[in-house]
This record gives sequence, structure tokens and C-alpha cells, in this order.
Amino acid sequence: MNKKVLLIEDEPNIIEAVSFILSRDGWDVKTHSNGHDAVDAVRNRHPDLIILDVMLPGKSGFEILKEIRSDQQFALTPVLMLTARGQVKDREMAEKAGASRYMTKPFSNAEVLDAVRSMVAQ
Amino acid sequence: MSESSMIGTRIRERRVINGLKQSDLARQVGISPSYLNLIEHNRRRIGGKTLIKLADALQVEPTLLSEGAEATLISALREAAGRPDGHTAELDRTEEFAGRFPGWAQLLSSLNARVTDLERTVETLTDRLAHDPHLAASLHEVISTVTAIRSTSSILVETESLEPEWQNRFHRNINEESSRLAEGAEALVRYLEGAANSEAEIRSPQDEMVAFLDHHGFHFPQLEGTAEAAAIKAVLDQDAIMHSDVARRLARDALAQYQADARRLPLSEMLAKVQDCGPDPEQISMAFDCDLPTVFRRLAALPADLVGPVGLLTCDAAGTVLFRKPMDGFAMPRDAGACALWPLFQVLGQPQVPMRRRLRQSGRGQNVVLAFAVAEQVAAATFVRPALMRGHMLLLPDADSEQGSPLQDVGSSCRICPLRNCPARREPSIIMDGF
Repeated sequence: MNKKVLLIEDEPNIIEAVSFILSRDGWDVKTHSNGHDAVDAVRNRHPDLIILDVMLPGKSGFEILKEIRSDQQFALTPVLMLTARGQVKDREMAEKAGASRYMTKPFSNAEVLDAVRSMVAQ
Repeated sequence: MSESSMIGTRIRERRVINGLKQSDLARQVGISPSYLNLIEHNRRRIGGKTLIKLADALQVEPTLLSEGAEATLISALREAAGRPDGHTAELDRTEEFAGRFPGWAQLLSSLNARVTDLERTVETLTDRLAHDPHLAASLHEVISTVTAIRSTSSILVETESLEPEWQNRFHRNINEESSRLAEGAEALVRYLEGAANSEAEIRSPQDEMVAFLDHHGFHFPQLEGTAEAAAIKAVLDQDAIMHSDVARRLARDALAQYQADARRLPLSEMLAKVQDCGPDPEQISMAFDCDLPTVFRRLAALPADLVGPVGLLTCDAAGTVLFRKPMDGFAMPRDAGACALWPLFQVLGQPQVPMRRRLRQSGRGQNVVLAFAVAEQVAAATFVRPALMRGHMLLLPDADSEQGSPLQDVGSSCRICPLRNCPARREPSIIMDGF
């Protein structure tokens, strides 16, 4: 069975592009585009990997990540965080909140693929 | 040491500053030198008449001897010593310092106050940049769209045999995102251009003066045809733009020069001549038999609605800009660091030889302006000092009649100048790469 990835991102065209490359790479891609009920989406979908944008409408990615991590079921699920800010402070916040990996926009498709492949293989 | 016991020390220091011998001071005050010696070593208390006589002889206020420096000054100095880098200050001798060098102490305390002010301004500005919601939103928008475009376009390029439906879809997405990107970039530019005005609070005295002159359009009808110093004072008294004394002093000098120039080239005659031959400095100079720098200044001081835009720069031989009347289409850096290729600097090497050039300033607008430059000697050379030179450059809009005549490329300041392979470059440009 294909590995399941949940992409939580609010930009429709980024969703479309990332979904496309991941599907072509053999992933089962689910998407979700707001912050409010992102955690519910995680509980419903049970993904093998989560790609989480930091700037989401409703709730910040850091908060969502904290909630995900506090749920024992998802304490170890790999989470790749996406942000538009490359500041050291953001990176530290992401690590503290429990991100497995951190990627700054604009990223290349190859970077995304490399990241998700290595994260689920680990 | 208590304050009162320091009276003697203060008397001694004052005496030394004034270059008086102990015996001379004693004689002036009518006491014996040995008694004065005891006083100076804080071994005799004094007060009343002797103190007043001593203060008189030392030409200071009696309170400066009896009370030393003001308490506020002392506390300001302690505050200055409290700075992170102030730990080497001799705190236990603060009072002595303020008493011995009141001028320096005052300067130190006001510099400290100024530094604190400026630190606050810098903090505010940094904060504004880091937390400005508009800037953050615009940047986020730009980065999001760039991310979508990058990802989508590489799918289009890298995916072999992409189905036509997908192809169309991704093309449409790129089109959508690129127009969003254009809007985002525009919003950023608008923001950054607007931000320039918010620098208003950090200004040098020069900038303050320019702002003041600019507020009046560089033209002062009250100063035309009068030699009264009171007229200058009246203009300055009404001003609310300049805050520093230095700026007001610069403005006073500039207005005095204005008055003198206005008497040399009266307004009505100047306007008549400009109507007749345009703002041509050469013809005006010949018609009034007047030196070029005065003609330049006068042209720059005429009402803009009658002569059109006129810019003016004056510098000394060190290249420091002393006077600046900005003109749209020609960027003049606010601080030192103007383009070394400007005729303004070239004429400094050829005193009294005027120069006329069509300049194209590299950068955004690529505007062409007409520049007239001349250097004058403001103080003759002596055997121990070189002559003091001043360079002037008048700027006028390019004229139709000039079409086709040679152009000289110049910059504004190196940091924002895109000219390549420029031998005059002092530092790398921040916009050279990537544009």
C-alpha cells in the first residue's frame, strides 16, 4: 500500500503542485487547507507523514504541531515544516515544537521529494 | 568626600585653569598665601565674604565653588557611567570631574542623552521593519507566489509526457500566480518608497536645514531687497521645522547669503532676464557682470513656478556637500559619498574654469539633466595654508535643443549605482547583481 502524506497548506497552487509531484512519486496525498481543524484532519487521516505550513489561516503551524505532538498516537509521525521565513528564530521554534525537518520557501520539487523520502525511510 | 569639603579643591582647580599663582590670587583677595593654601587643601572652611571675593577673582559664580556642579549634572554623569561600556569610569570621582571640567561634563551628559535617544530611534525603526505587518504580509505574498511558480514551472519542464489537461492546468496556475507576484512586488515597492518619509526623525542638521529651505521652496520674499538682519531673525523665529541649534545656525548663514545674493541680483531684474533668455547661467552672468556661483544660487532661489526645477549642490575641497537643493530626476545622497564623476568634483581641480555637461544618472529613471559647474576660491592661499575652494553645480532639466549632444554617465552613490566597470567605484553596489 502507498504511504500516506497529509499536506496542510493554504495556497491552492502550491497544494496542486506539491500534490502532483508526490502522487507521481507514488504517495497517497491528502490535503487540508486551514488551521482551525488541521489537528482533526490528522486524526481522521492517520498519515505516515505530515507536511505542515507555518502560516495558516486560523491557527499557526507551530500551535498545530504542538497539539499533534501532544497526541501519543502522533508523537513520532514525521513532520516537515514549511515556512516563508528563513530566520534562525523560526527554525528554533520549529525544532522546539517538534518538527522533524524544516524547509524554507521557495523550495525546489527535488528538495521536497528528497526530504519526504528520507523522512519516511528513517 | 562630602561636597562642602570640596570647595577648596574647586578653588584650586579654578585658579590653575585661570593660570593664577597662589600668591597672586591671595593678594587679589586680600588673604595670606599660606591661608589660601590651607583653604585649597580643604583644611579651612570658608564662606561669606572670602568665598565671594575668591569667586569674583576667579570669574565664576560663587555657587559653582560652594556647591560644585549641579546635582542634575552629577546624576546624568552617573547615568552615563552606567552604560554597558561605562565600567571604566571613575565613579567615585564623578563630582570632582564635574567640578573640574564643567564644560566637558556637560558635553558628556548631553552626548549620553543624545545616544540614548538615538538608540531608541534605531530600536523603533528595527522593530518597525521586523514586525511591520504590511511588510511581512507583502513579503509572505511574494514568497508564496514564487514558491508556487517555481514548483509548477519545474513540473512543466521536468515531467516527461505530461497529460494535456495537467499541462493546461499548470499553465493557468503559473499565469495566475505571476499576476499575483506582480501585485505583491508593486505593493513592496510602494511600501519601501513610503518608508523613506519615516526617516524624518533621524536627520542631520544639514537635512533639517534643507527641509526648512524646502518648506519655503528655497524662496524667501521677505528677504528680497533688504539688508536687515531682523528680517532673517523673523523668518527663523516663525520656523517649526528645525530643532537643533546647529541647523538654525546653518540656516542663518544660508539666509544671510540669500540676502546678499538678492541685493546683487534683484528679483524683478532676474525674472525679466530669465523670461528673456531662460535660466541660462552664462547669459545672466554676463548681463549682470556677476560671478557664476552667485548666479547659481540666485537661480536656485527663484520661485519654482516661474523658472521651473533648478537643483544646486555646493561642496568644499574635501568633497563634503555643504548645500543641497534637490531636483527631481537627479538623486543626491544625503550624506557624504556622492559620485566622484560629478562635474561638481571635477571643477575643483580647475578653479575658475566653468564646465557644462549633459549628465545621465544611472539607476531608476535614467534621467538626463544639464549640469553647470564652477569652482571658486573662498579664501586665498597663504604660505602655511592652501587656498580654500568651493565647488558649485547647478542642475537644470535637459532641453530639447540638446538632443544628440554628448552624454556623460554618472551615478549617485556607489551603493545604489548600477554602473559597471566604473573606475570611480568606492564600494560594491547592492543592486549590481541580480538586476
